[in-house]
Amino acid sequence: MDVFKIFDVTGSALGAQTVRLNTVASNLANADVASSSAEAAYRSRQPVFAAVLENAMQDPASAKVQVAGIVETSAPPRQEYAPDHPLADANGYVYFSNVNPVEEMANMMSASRSYQSNVEVMNTVKQLLLATLRLGQP
Amino acid sequence: MPSVIDAALGLHPQALSLKAERMELLAANLANADTPNYKARDIDFKAALAQAHTGQQSLTATHVAHMPLANSSGVLAEAKYRIPMQPSLDGNTVDAPADQAAFAETALQYQASLTLIGMRIAGLKSAIRGE
Repeated sequence: MDVFKIFDVTGSALGAQTVRLNTVASNLANADVASSSAEAAYRSRQPVFAAVLENAMQDPASAKVQVAGIVETSAPPRQEYAPDHPLADANGYVYFSNVNPVEEMANMMSASRSYQSNVEVMNTVKQLLLATLRLGQP
Repeated sequence: MPSVIDAALGLHPQALSLKAERMELLAANLANADTPNYKARDIDFKAALAQAHTGQQSLTATHVAHMPLANSSGVLAEAKYRIPMQPSLDGNTVDAPADQAAFAETALQYQASLTLIGMRIAGLKSAIRGE
């Protein structure tokens, strides 16, 4: 039992939630990017989390999180009829991204809540370990 | 024969280790609150403490051919899976508020055990000094 592993676990969680916030920021920034074809349109990116279970049998407590990859969603991009747009294709359609701003905001709130709870865990454990080190001192 | 110091400190050091282990598990649960298919785990504290008190592990090895437990690398208590209160789309069973509450409670209990051990150490020191 190694209590200092808690810092590894919460550190990995903070990193993973930061990646998630990064993808939310990218998606919101590129929500209105236009392109001439459905294939080239910006697709919303989502991180895929996975637990690192290398020692799961011996030590179930040290399950770190890792970002297994970032996938692009397959929802169809939004298309608008705008024949005067410089990027319009042969039929006059312009393709925007498939980012759903409401979904991204919900993602952002969930990520920020997770981040804060992990920061709380880290602070609490740090204080308890410091108090343990002071044990026996007058 | 247990030493005088072990007898004076009583159950508290073992309770401290168990609480630290439970905090590790809860921290791992909170870290994986968004991971798909992650199953939340926790320690049944009363059973673990009773087991530590009687000094009995679930398998005793009295012969050289007896195999050790798979989790004999220092894990003091068996981590059980938590039954989720509501189903979730991605298979994750972590209940973040419940885990946060359990973590806060365990942290308080850890601090209480620390304070009690500190007081007993102070009592032993003053007894040694003959005050």
